[in-house]
Amino acid sequence: MSTLRLVNLQKRYENGFEAVPGLDLEIHDGEFLVLVGPSGCGKSTVLRMVAGLEDITGGDLLIDDVVVNGMGPQQRDIAMVFQSYALYPNMTVADNIAFAMKLRKTDKEEIKAKVAEVAELLELTAVLDRKPGQLSGGQRQRVAMGRAIVRNPKLFLMDEPLSNLDAKLRVQTRGEISKLQRRLGVTTMYVTHDQIEAMTMGDRVAVLRRGVLMQCASPAELYQSPQNLFVGQFIGSPSMNVVRGSVGNGDGDDLTVSIGSQLITLTGEAAHRLEGLRDYIGRDIAIGIRSEALGDDGTASINVEVDLVEMLGSELLVHCTIDAPAVRAIDSGVEISDQPESSIVASLDPRNPVKVGDRLQLTVDTLRMHAFDLESGDAIGRS
Amino acid sequence: MTATIVPPPQQDLTPLPTKVARKLGSPVGRAIVWFLAAAWTVPTMGLFISSFRPEEDIKTTGWWTWIKEPTNVTFENYTNVLQDKVRGLPFSDFFWNTVRIAIPSAVIPIVIAAFAAYAFSWMKFKGRDLLFVLVVGLMVVPLQMCLIPLLQFFGGDYFPDLLEGTTTVWIAHAIFGMPLAIFLLKNFIGSLPSEVIEAARVDGASHLTIFTKLVLPLSVPALASLGIFQFLWVWNDLLVAKVFGGSAENQPMTYALVDMVGNKGNEWQLLTAGAFVTMVVPLIVFLSLQRFFVRGLLAGSVKG
Repeated sequence: MSTLRLVNLQKRYENGFEAVPGLDLEIHDGEFLVLVGPSGCGKSTVLRMVAGLEDITGGDLLIDDVVVNGMGPQQRDIAMVFQSYALYPNMTVADNIAFAMKLRKTDKEEIKAKVAEVAELLELTAVLDRKPGQLSGGQRQRVAMGRAIVRNPKLFLMDEPLSNLDAKLRVQTRGEISKLQRRLGVTTMYVTHDQIEAMTMGDRVAVLRRGVLMQCASPAELYQSPQNLFVGQFIGSPSMNVVRGSVGNGDGDDLTVSIGSQLITLTGEAAHRLEGLRDYIGRDIAIGIRSEALGDDGTASINVEVDLVEMLGSELLVHCTIDAPAVRAIDSGVEISDQPESSIVASLDPRNPVKVGDRLQLTVDTLRMHAFDLESGDAIGRS
Repeated sequence: MTATIVPPPQQDLTPLPTKVARKLGSPVGRAIVWFLAAAWTVPTMGLFISSFRPEEDIKTTGWWTWIKEPTNVTFENYTNVLQDKVRGLPFSDFFWNTVRIAIPSAVIPIVIAAFAAYAFSWMKFKGRDLLFVLVVGLMVVPLQMCLIPLLQFFGGDYFPDLLEGTTTVWIAHAIFGMPLAIFLLKNFIGSLPSEVIEAARVDGASHLTIFTKLVLPLSVPALASLGIFQFLWVWNDLLVAKVFGGSAENQPMTYALVDMVGNKGNEWQLLTAGAFVTMVVPLIVFLSLQRFFVRGLLAGSVKG
């Protein structure tokens, strides 16, 4: 039972590269926090600093309110699952699992019982005498998990533990890890670049970009109210459609947003939700609409031409062209495409008889529209 | 991006570059290889055959005549040479001296080099890379240049008791063998997957535990090949033993052979048998462990 706190944690490499400029994050007792971001965003560096494998340049790292900056990984009482599993190739599965306990001079009988218990839990009993080289990918992954859970550490750290599994096994193991973590109640920090893993597993998800925390919230909140364009586009599949639009005044309290040659009117609650847009009247902004907010119900509509239809079974993804440039969050900020047209994706009912080349009128659920500042990428919401 | 760890590393035998393999496979290439192999083997074969021929045969006809008439075979040369006295000591004593010198002289530098290679690969300390470059740079220093300074060092006031005897030879061999051993082992140990070492650290292992429980078992192929390498080199050594070993009772077989060449230069039957006695251990070692030999050296230098 423990907590982890990162206070202005910094990492600068000797060549001057600033991997993490200063990160504040708190993980509550028993919480499953997922650190997610594109490759090179510093998430693994953060995890390795927590593990003690990487020196901390500045700031504090607290486990159970004790500063552990100077402690080596041995002294922090943490367990880590590596991307490559990092099993000890010269030891049997049983020895792999027992290694940490043997080092702590745990009683032999106790080790035996613990290993048996963990093996039972992870269905490894039959392979306890084998070497890692003789195991399948899934089994290796479970041995790595077993090695971590066997000694009740204060913290679990997991560095993309699923990325070496095939797609089907990954989904299955994802669920198993979640269940296991809930059952054991050990505070966990999990690093992944896969936003689906992040959304499905995390109690909370922290999105990182270039070492900077963009947002840390529950998966639902992250999805429904992204605080900036980066989070909006990073979370969700298919990715959020974002195009340039401009804000105008409508009748009464209404607001209008024009996207290319088309006009969307925000009324009532929709206008209230995006109240902050009133400061942007006459200016350009980025409009974000998720694919499922385009479709059959809503108060506004846009006309598009269908380029591509993808049938996924449960939904129909329709790629259409719209006459407004795309906006994209990039590493250094926001980029507006120089193409005057862009492609947006709508997720429709699969029974829809849409064909390539059709002109389509898509309704827009204005209550689920997002607006972002074109300069900073920050979300514009209630002011 | 890291691939799943599937060591034991000895399992991946690096294939030869296809270009070289193809050239060696051509008829001309094969002919050249056969020629080279024969050129290297024929003298040894001559020595081998001669060592089994009676004295008068050796002194009257060439060894190749035996091939036509392979009848006259004797083991007398071997019994004679093993009982033969060199400086008042039987030849067999020199055989055991060589064993006494070669085994520790092979083990000591490799054990120390393994520790050093671990430190150079996985322990962080100031000036690590510079120190490594310095150590490896020592490989260019010729052995002969160090003989006098080392003799002065041992002969000075520091180790008066050590000067006479095999201990000095061990130390000298260890010193001369270490730079190459450290270099090769560091290449091998440094290419072990870093996550495995890190996992052990997170599991609570100290450097010593990681070294003994993980790195040593995983480095067996490299250690074995280096061990063989160093053993063969020490076994055939004359110079170092002669300079540091002192009197005849500490001298290896090579010393006895040289002495025999000087005193019994025309007794071919003894010389050939004696030479073969010195060769037999390296031959056995090499032939039985040659898979390790090639693989270990490759694994250390080619991989990563």
